[in-house]
Amino acid sequence: MSVSLTVNGRKRTVEAEADKPLLWVLREDLDMPGTKFGCGAGLCGACTVHLDGEAVRSCQTPIADAAGKQVTTIEGVAMNELGKRVADAWTALDVPQCGYCQAGQIMSATALLKQNPKPTPDDIDGWMSGNICRCATYLRIRAAIRKAAGLPAEMADASALPAIGVSGEQLA
Amino acid sequence: MTQTVALSRRSFLVASMAGGAVLTLDASVVLAAASATAPADVLNAFVRINADNTVTIGAKNPEIGQGVKVMLPMLIAEEMDLAWEQVRIEQTDADEKLYGPQVAGGSSATPRNWIPMRQVGAAAREMLVMAAAKKWGVDPATLSTASGTVVQTSSGKTATFASLAKDAAAQTPPDLAKVTLKDPAAFKIIGTSKPGVDVPKIVKGEPLFGIDTRVPGMVHGAVVKCPAHGGTVASFDDAGVKAIPGVLGVVAVNSGFVPEGKADTLVIVADSWWKASKAREKLAVKWDDTAVTSFSTAKYEIDAAKLIAGTPQTSVFKAGDPDAALAKAAKVVTADYEYPFLAHASLEPQNCTGLFKDGKLELWAPSQAPAGGRAETAKFCGLTPDDLTIHLTRIGGGFGRRLLNDYMVIAGQVAKAMPGKPVKVLFDRTDDFRHDFYRPAGWHRLTAGLGADGALVALKDHFATFGADGKPVRAAQMSPGEYPAPVVPNVDLGVSYMATNLATGWLRAPSSNAMAFVFQSFLDEVAEAAGLDLPELMRRTLGEPREIPGERAKFHTGRARGVIDAVCKTAGWKGREKGRGFGFYFSHLGYFAEVVDISMADGALKVDKVWVAGDIGAHVINPLNAMNQAHGCVIEGLGQAMVGQKIVQEAGAITADNFGDFALMRIDAAPREIAVEFVKTDFPPTGLGEPALPPVIPALANAIYSLTGKRHRRLPLEVV
Repeated sequence: MSVSLTVNGRKRTVEAEADKPLLWVLREDLDMPGTKFGCGAGLCGACTVHLDGEAVRSCQTPIADAAGKQVTTIEGVAMNELGKRVADAWTALDVPQCGYCQAGQIMSATALLKQNPKPTPDDIDGWMSGNICRCATYLRIRAAIRKAAGLPAEMADASALPAIGVSGEQLA
Repeated sequence: MTQTVALSRRSFLVASMAGGAVLTLDASVVLAAASATAPADVLNAFVRINADNTVTIGAKNPEIGQGVKVMLPMLIAEEMDLAWEQVRIEQTDADEKLYGPQVAGGSSATPRNWIPMRQVGAAAREMLVMAAAKKWGVDPATLSTASGTVVQTSSGKTATFASLAKDAAAQTPPDLAKVTLKDPAAFKIIGTSKPGVDVPKIVKGEPLFGIDTRVPGMVHGAVVKCPAHGGTVASFDDAGVKAIPGVLGVVAVNSGFVPEGKADTLVIVADSWWKASKAREKLAVKWDDTAVTSFSTAKYEIDAAKLIAGTPQTSVFKAGDPDAALAKAAKVVTADYEYPFLAHASLEPQNCTGLFKDGKLELWAPSQAPAGGRAETAKFCGLTPDDLTIHLTRIGGGFGRRLLNDYMVIAGQVAKAMPGKPVKVLFDRTDDFRHDFYRPAGWHRLTAGLGADGALVALKDHFATFGADGKPVRAAQMSPGEYPAPVVPNVDLGVSYMATNLATGWLRAPSSNAMAFVFQSFLDEVAEAAGLDLPELMRRTLGEPREIPGERAKFHTGRARGVIDAVCKTAGWKGREKGRGFGFYFSHLGYFAEVVDISMADGALKVDKVWVAGDIGAHVINPLNAMNQAHGCVIEGLGQAMVGQKIVQEAGAITADNFGDFALMRIDAAPREIAVEFVKTDFPPTGLGEPALPPVIPALANAIYSLTGKRHRRLPLEVV
């Protein structure tokens, strides 16, 4: 079927099977591989995008359901002020390790701050628990969300590190 | 062109030409063998000086999130005397003849490259200084360098590296073994925090990973693999698949698991991966798997129980007379421990892109060990290793899974079957779980003897694991130096093997990730029997600071003691306390001691805080990344222990389907605080990708015991 949708502010029309997930339309048909395939079952959050402003798992969203809607992906998240603040906090705190899940993390975090601008640590954990980070960058994810929210981060900026104590005597 | 192509040496040169005034130093730099196994006289290409006085440094090792793409260039930049702002980093291709070993594994990048990469930088600097000396007609000894500039202080003469690059490239390269390396006191880059080079691209979703590879005209492959490991294709009917518009065909390949000439994998190739994936339900396959369907978790458990009740088949380490010592012991402690098979579950599913053209195979591979992939892919494609060009992509998680190269072997054969057509082969999550190289399960029967003074005088283990012909399968080895064996006077580490059809492999901190749980939990039991806490039993057992020779690594009792004392101090360890546990381990040349604080709320276990003290030598090269690695190790270890990770096998096949069956630690279960401290000692720096992981598992298990009085001797810990 032919589907028209708006992706990061740009009108796009694609020819795709009605049940083809938005994830694969983005990756294969629109040449936007920033949105990641992790599980194909809505369990890991790597494919998170915004559909009319709401965070959704694009692997579970048939393209037919996105017809006529506004889609924001990681490639366009910094086009709005909040998304840019989140991406900048991610950079400032050097959050990623392998980086594969981080597009989904940033999309989820941006959606969190949109509906809850000053989240508590419990709010963050509750909202973000749908996004797996296999490298376990969770402490920095929490800190980056707090930073993007203008809240005191529990961790210093990358520029302020090393915050590492060194002890012990030299051994012969 | 593709969007993820790494710059090869040739493209370094091409880029240089295109830049006009740009010049390379690459061919001039000869790197001495970076390890005993690498051939001598390998030619390397790491440094390009650009016209604007920026310097492009080639990062040779695969980046899996361990930060090596920044760390190795830091070593070169330090010795070149560059300002970090001048440095541009590019991933090299896989080419061990040019670059030396290129492996993301064994926490080996730091110890292997600490000297060679610095020598590369120092040699480049020396050539630039020689060029300036010649140009100015002065003694090179009167010159110094700083921030990419050569300076003669007495005359006030200065020249940028860019202005000297052409002359420098004409200098005879110095003997790397003789170049002068910096006094560590003068380090300006090593030991300072440098953020990940790809982070600005990651937060914009730019294509970086293997799965993002896009080559014009590319088609896509989805795999159908024999569920029972080791089974082969008997026959298949692809009429239903081929009837689907957009499907190009089905290719039968050997992923490297089964004898040559057999196939264990069918790859459906289509113009979209989504289409190829969906077409799998139309493929009718008959498998020849009767030889492997008898293997199951239930069978292993029965076999293991029989084995450890008997006499060990062999022993990996014996010292003194443990039976006599046990007979005389004031107290004897015995316990059985066990742990399951584990999957790697890297978030980027296995994939590789290949293009076979004019007899040559080009691959875009997220591989942790591309040299092995080159050899194996060449073998199964009927090519020579030199016929392959391998581009290294960023890797969405390694953890050891991508040290083995089945995805490359598969993609190579599919590409070869479709000359001229680029093809990307991609596993889905279920394929990834069911066709991994699993961390092997193990069962241990342990016995310890205490002297009248509470000293640990004897230790016996009977370890049941997987193997054949008296040899362990991959990653099932127990080291003769497994702690505490080297410091106990009477020891017997016995082993018995049983068969499995599963392919096994290394998982982050291989062997140690399991052995630390077994031995440090057991030693906590022994300590209690001796009326001690575990740190105190450790101190007494370690004895005086000394270096104990080992098969693969020397073990320094003083360094072990150093991290134990450090973590006890920062955590305020006061002996046995409810809700606290301690663990120590030495692995991958790193010494780590950790304390875990837990609480129970509404019957649920919560890890409140973890303290980490580590000794990886005299330098923490990139502290910012070191913190991230330590956090990752700790949370991964906690995840293995407390969220139910276990691979189950039935009728030869793995049952896990997705993350619902094999949980990973999520943010709401991760501790709020992890305090990391490094104890610096006067030893060469070593790696940090792994050694912080093993001790956290026994520290958690010991904390649970201290809180609940229940001793958990099986992973995953069954904590309500």
